Amino acid sequence: MSRRLLVGFFETESDILGVTRAARELDLNIVDVYSPYALHGLDRAMGLQPSRLPWVCFLLGLLGAGAKVWFEFWTTAIDWPINVGGKPWNSLPAFVPITFEVMVLFAGLSTVFAFFLVSRMRPGKEPERLLPGVTNDRFAILLEESDAAFDTAKVAALFRAFHAVHVEERVEEV
Amino acid sequence: MAELYTALRQPLIQGGKGFAQVTSDVCAPMERRPTGLWWTAFLISVAALLLGVVTVAYQIRTGIGTWGLNNTVGWAFDITNFVFWIGIGHAGTLISAILFLFRQKWRTSVNRSAEAMTLFAVMCAGIFPVIHMGRPWLAYWIFPYPNFRGPLWINFRSPLAWDAFAISTYFIISLTFWYVGLIPDLATIRDRAKPGLRRSLFAFFSLGWTGSARIWLRYETVYLLLAGLATPLVVSVHTIVSWDFATSVIPGWHTTILPPYFVAGAIFSGMAMVLTLMIIARKVMGLEDYITLRHVDVMSKLVILTSSMVGLAYMTEFFTALYSGNHYEEFTFLNRAFGPMGWAYWIMLSCNVAIPQLLWSRNIRSRVYLVFVISLLINVGMWFERFVIVVTSLHRDYLPSNWTSYSPTVIEVATLVGSFGLFFSCFLLFCRILPVIAIGEVKAVLSYGKPKEEVSA
Repeated sequence: MSRRLLVGFFETESDILGVTRAARELDLNIVDVYSPYALHGLDRAMGLQPSRLPWVCFLLGLLGAGAKVWFEFWTTAIDWPINVGGKPWNSLPAFVPITFEVMVLFAGLSTVFAFFLVSRMRPGKEPERLLPGVTNDRFAILLEESDAAFDTAKVAALFRAFHAVHVEERVEEV
Repeated sequence: MAELYTALRQPLIQGGKGFAQVTSDVCAPMERRPTGLWWTAFLISVAALLLGVVTVAYQIRTGIGTWGLNNTVGWAFDITNFVFWIGIGHAGTLISAILFLFRQKWRTSVNRSAEAMTLFAVMCAGIFPVIHMGRPWLAYWIFPYPNFRGPLWINFRSPLAWDAFAISTYFIISLTFWYVGLIPDLATIRDRAKPGLRRSLFAFFSLGWTGSARIWLRYETVYLLLAGLATPLVVSVHTIVSWDFATSVIPGWHTTILPPYFVAGAIFSGMAMVLTLMIIARKVMGLEDYITLRHVDVMSKLVILTSSMVGLAYMTEFFTALYSGNHYEEFTFLNRAFGPMGWAYWIMLSCNVAIPQLLWSRNIRSRVYLVFVISLLINVGMWFERFVIVVTSLHRDYLPSNWTSYSPTVIEVATLVGSFGLFFSCFLLFCRILPVIAIGEVKAVLSYGKPKEEVSA
């Protein structure tokens, strides 16, 4: 199955934010918006849910810290207890620094790997659906044409109102 | 209101640039042939690096008896260099993570190169303790792994083991943070490069980035999380470095003020190094519109702040020693200031506390060459701070018959020169092959095409 997409290109942040808000109000199906930098307020304009990556960060951080405390306790108190300056086998306060470092390491790396995974990013991947100029100086919005709410005249007026610099159609295999 | 505000404050990026202009300005130094100035600097750095490689090979082959250490002064030049380089790294994380959490928009022009500086400084720092182990081919023994000696585990109660974990984590997280920040810019370069090897490399590392809003949303979340993790991490790293000293029973080391004092000093020395590098980079690479006088001004103010914190720590430390009633502490501090190595103490005090106070004057802050000279002096002063802490605390210990002096050998000095060679070679290569300014982030702080109410902030 293929679907037809209408791509509108814009030149400024206020135009792309405005056109996205308006398209959402008209109940158009916004497939995606492309920009050369992170636009604040775009997630709200598109109605995107906040990312769940903080949970990955929290849980894996917790796992790293927990595993490390257990490992330090197991090595120093159970597997091969060593008497260091008469300190108790189980000297938990001395384990804090490394536990903290391992927590940061687990939380940080797992968040980044989870991000790559959910965004389907991997080394050597050629970009899917690369729109000209969106990594440089242009913003683009993709609307689905087969959508029931899609009305060519209305969308053309909308794009014109927000100073679209270029409009093109794309057909994509789904 | 917005007009009034912008009239008072210079815009962050000058020259009224559009987005495409920013891309081509930042990419220009990577796309033209290197200048004669770059080649000169690079060849000097590589020569210093080669000197370092030769001396490091020699001291590993011969042993660290090639250093000027003796029974009394068991830590000296090497550990001084280690703490110095780790400290340099801290400003990169301050700018990239802490100032990000504080929403300081000016950081966008300098964060990329400050983070690169962090990576290279941590690399330089890591070399020293590894050589100091004496048998660096066994350096991996510091990490716990199943082995045939029991298995015998490492001592998790030792600050030296904490240090190995702290510095490796710091390097890995800084590298990750830096790379994640680079991805959108790598894609920008991929899309403007001609087909060929260069484009393929950028395509490989940009991971198929398209600039989709859904991915940008996750990207921003990840960036915020990494900044939130890197902030306590950077504080922990120099805290743990200070514990290498503070958990011992040497007068002058065994104090509770050491962790905050080390962290403040690290950020101070790093800010000075950032200023040094940025002032050179903006001139050599023609980035005056991006790294403006306003950036130099803000960084100078941070230097005053951290210099004053360091000054306060020096005074507190001295006062505590004199007021403690502990003769060993009293003696150590009087010996630091007025003993045979007192000259190092006074270099430290004048470069770190007295001279930076000149930056209170707007006249001096606006003269870039003066700021440059001051930043160089701070680099020198902060190196001497570590020298004072390490050497003067050791050379007069509890037993007067042990008293001795210390002077570095040629090998030790050459190793320090070599580490500067490594640092500058890496930094110059970075300036050639990667965008020194975060293109995407700078575009986000331009006033071009923004709704009016957001421009002033």
